[in-house]
Amino acid sequence: MDQFINLTLNGLSQGAVYAALALSLVIIYQATRVVNFAQPALALISVYIAYTVSQATGSYWLGFGAALLTGLVLGAATERLLIRPVHGRSPLNAIIITLGLLLVLQGLAGMIWSNEPHSFAYPMDYRGRFSPSDWFALGSVGAAALMLFALYRFTPLGLRMRAAAFRPEAARLSGVRVGLMLTAGWAIASVIGALAGMLAAPPFIFPNVLDEVFIFAIAAAVVGGLENPFGALAGGVLLGLGMSYVSGYAGPELTTLAALAILVVVLSIRPDGLFSRPTARKV
Amino acid sequence: MAEQPILTVEGLTAAYGAVTALNKVNMTVPRGGICAVLGANGAGKTTLLRTLSGLKRAEAGRVLLEGADITRIPAERHVHHGLVHVPEGGGVIVELTVEENLRLGGLWRAGRRERAARMAEVVELFPPLRERLSRPAATLSGGERQMLAIGRALMAGPRVLLLDEPSLGLAPLVTRQIMDMLLQLRADRDLTVVLVEQNARSALSITDHGFVLNQGEVVMEDSSRRLLADDRMRHAYLGF
Amino acid sequence: MVSLSDHESTSRDKQPESTAPAPTVGDRWRALPALVRFPLAALAAFAAILALTSVTGPTGDLRIGSVGYYMLAIAGLQLLIGYSGQISLGHGAFMFIGAYTMALLVLNQPALPLWLNMIITVVLSCTAGVLVGAATARLHGPYLAGATLALAVGLPALTVRYPELLGGSNGLAFSTRGAPASLAGVITNTQWQAAAVWGTTLIGLVVLATISAGRLGRRMRALRDDEAAAGLAGIPVGRTKVIAFVISAGAGGLAGACQAYLLGTATPSSFTVTLSLSLLAALVLGGLGSMWGAFFGAVALVYVEVWGEELAHALALDSNVANNLPIVFFGVLLILVILVWPRGLHGMASSLADLVRRGR
Repeated sequence: MDQFINLTLNGLSQGAVYAALALSLVIIYQATRVVNFAQPALALISVYIAYTVSQATGSYWLGFGAALLTGLVLGAATERLLIRPVHGRSPLNAIIITLGLLLVLQGLAGMIWSNEPHSFAYPMDYRGRFSPSDWFALGSVGAAALMLFALYRFTPLGLRMRAAAFRPEAARLSGVRVGLMLTAGWAIASVIGALAGMLAAPPFIFPNVLDEVFIFAIAAAVVGGLENPFGALAGGVLLGLGMSYVSGYAGPELTTLAALAILVVVLSIRPDGLFSRPTARKV
Repeated sequence: MAEQPILTVEGLTAAYGAVTALNKVNMTVPRGGICAVLGANGAGKTTLLRTLSGLKRAEAGRVLLEGADITRIPAERHVHHGLVHVPEGGGVIVELTVEENLRLGGLWRAGRRERAARMAEVVELFPPLRERLSRPAATLSGGERQMLAIGRALMAGPRVLLLDEPSLGLAPLVTRQIMDMLLQLRADRDLTVVLVEQNARSALSITDHGFVLNQGEVVMEDSSRRLLADDRMRHAYLGF
Repeated sequence: MVSLSDHESTSRDKQPESTAPAPTVGDRWRALPALVRFPLAALAAFAAILALTSVTGPTGDLRIGSVGYYMLAIAGLQLLIGYSGQISLGHGAFMFIGAYTMALLVLNQPALPLWLNMIITVVLSCTAGVLVGAATARLHGPYLAGATLALAVGLPALTVRYPELLGGSNGLAFSTRGAPASLAGVITNTQWQAAAVWGTTLIGLVVLATISAGRLGRRMRALRDDEAAAGLAGIPVGRTKVIAFVISAGAGGLAGACQAYLLGTATPSSFTVTLSLSLLAALVLGGLGSMWGAFFGAVALVYVEVWGEELAHALALDSNVANNLPIVFFGVLLILVILVWPRGLHGMASSLADLVRRGR
């Protein structure tokens, strides 16, 4: 029983991280119909920048801010420079571009900071059952999700972004600068991705540190339905709990296969994810 | 007509690849006029509106709005110049609520109070929308969607409204209501309307001027009354 | 971009001999039925490989062999992505299955001949392909990509789960028989290995090319271009997708077996996500929608790494930079190809060939 509670608590804080990264994937997918396979790499660079800033200034929080800022800039630049040119072409093009960027950024990270792991600090005390760090993970992801919800739901910018994502042409006719909104979507998503990276990286940072987290995040996003931000959050928590139980009761090396199993089972029942609204697919 | 026309189109040409869709189209629309653009399927009516509103690039020619050249400005800037395009099917964003659709139309204006006043006006104009403000636009009927589309366009405070087949798929009675409303809008606020219609008879019955397109060219223009009376033209291009 | 190059090749295939004013050698060649043409081409390629390995040293032989198995794996992926339009990021998982099958067979049943091992590998990886293909048949686009990505990461982790059988993270090492005693002195061991890999690869390619030129290939392309329309036209959508998956899994498995045979090891670290992504990268680089793309992609995959190492050595680069140079280079190439030359190296080559022909 005690182990079950521990695993549940651990699953929740891990799930928050998956949820954040999944959320960043869903925001981008909603805006541009692209699954951003470079998301872990954008987060990785953000975390390395945080590492460097923290080393230089001695302040974790300055590094934290630098990471979010880096995410913002990288996300916007990726959309503008790499995704915009293939807009409207086969989706395979965009996927391959993001995969190419993933390789480039991971390689660059290795070149600049070396492939050897560096120790990377937790934001707060990480010892004990549901430590302050776990609370921070859950709280910061929750706060980010709430802010995002408020932004989309209640602000003019959010309304423009939604209009641009749903019906770009109608949005343009209402005076919305669609391109700018898509860039904003990528930027915001990558800030959340950077947050996920900051939470996922400790205790060590190395170029492949986020790979596994990304697998769970993409599984969470797909399970929740790529169209639905709430689905991504729910999928993230679900995956976090599931992986925690599998890891605790069956063995940590089985987690990715378990994620695959969850993915296949959920998608064979609902091919567009748990929380997707049934929509007619274009013929 | 001594007054400068509000909309002037000179030699407008547009193409899809090697296929010319509009060939040196000339039009003038006086302020407060309602004019119809008629023609068979594929005559270039929709392309004309899309080129006017900047959704489609003009290969050659000019579009002047009160003398100002708006040919090359991007589509999203047209609302700033007072030209608003309601595309075929209305372009209602079904994922948003009715209210959000309306708000979207007025977003480009800075003043919060002005936007609120507009909203009240538009809702006044379309009572069916008022009861459904918080509902997703997807739940509206075809006629209500067309009202929402026009309402969203009015939120932008247009001087020229481009309407692409507002009667498409609507019952005759609903079409009638929408046409009457256009007449009222013209009377109330000096709105200029360019109406693309497949249904030539109902379009000519409310407009004062008509342009007939065939294969991307204006083959005839005259007052609506005379166009209605011209049997040869009706048989040749309008099919009734 | 996919359909472009395809149109060309199909129209060329169909060109009847009689309409050409004076049939050239090329026209006659193209008029041969696929079942004759592909094996003949394979034989010619095999002879060329034998000739090539006779002038290269052991390192060169290994590289040539690597090009062979990568080409087979990429060709399998070509069938899946380029022809049937399903995006898989988990092709490395099937190479993993193939490599470990080969390693276990050699270690536990040393008496079995190589060709039998290869056949067993193909059967096993096709079976795995059926399982995965059936489980993912209803997934499309990014959903399929996500699921296959999880497979690519998850499967190699099994080695840690069953260390006694699969050797944990160190993997399995074994030694294979080299050239037969009767050929000693005529042909070196590495030459023999490269030839064996290429023999397998070419047989696999003939099968893949024949399939894609035939009815199944046409069905896959119809599926890729418009799934709904293909379904309405009476093509069994689900079954065709699964079949494409199975065939590509078989090719991937066989490629993995060849790799294990050539290197004498099977380790989990050879089958990371990066491998799956590199295969996809090589495919795109080579050119989607044509089997030639697989060849160019495989050459790039092997030699970009080789040149990267040589360049790093020549410039005396820092080891951090040197180690990561190939993947950065590959990533940049991938992005550039998509942005600048969407039809890949094969498209580039055929455009050049067209220019030359027109200039003549």
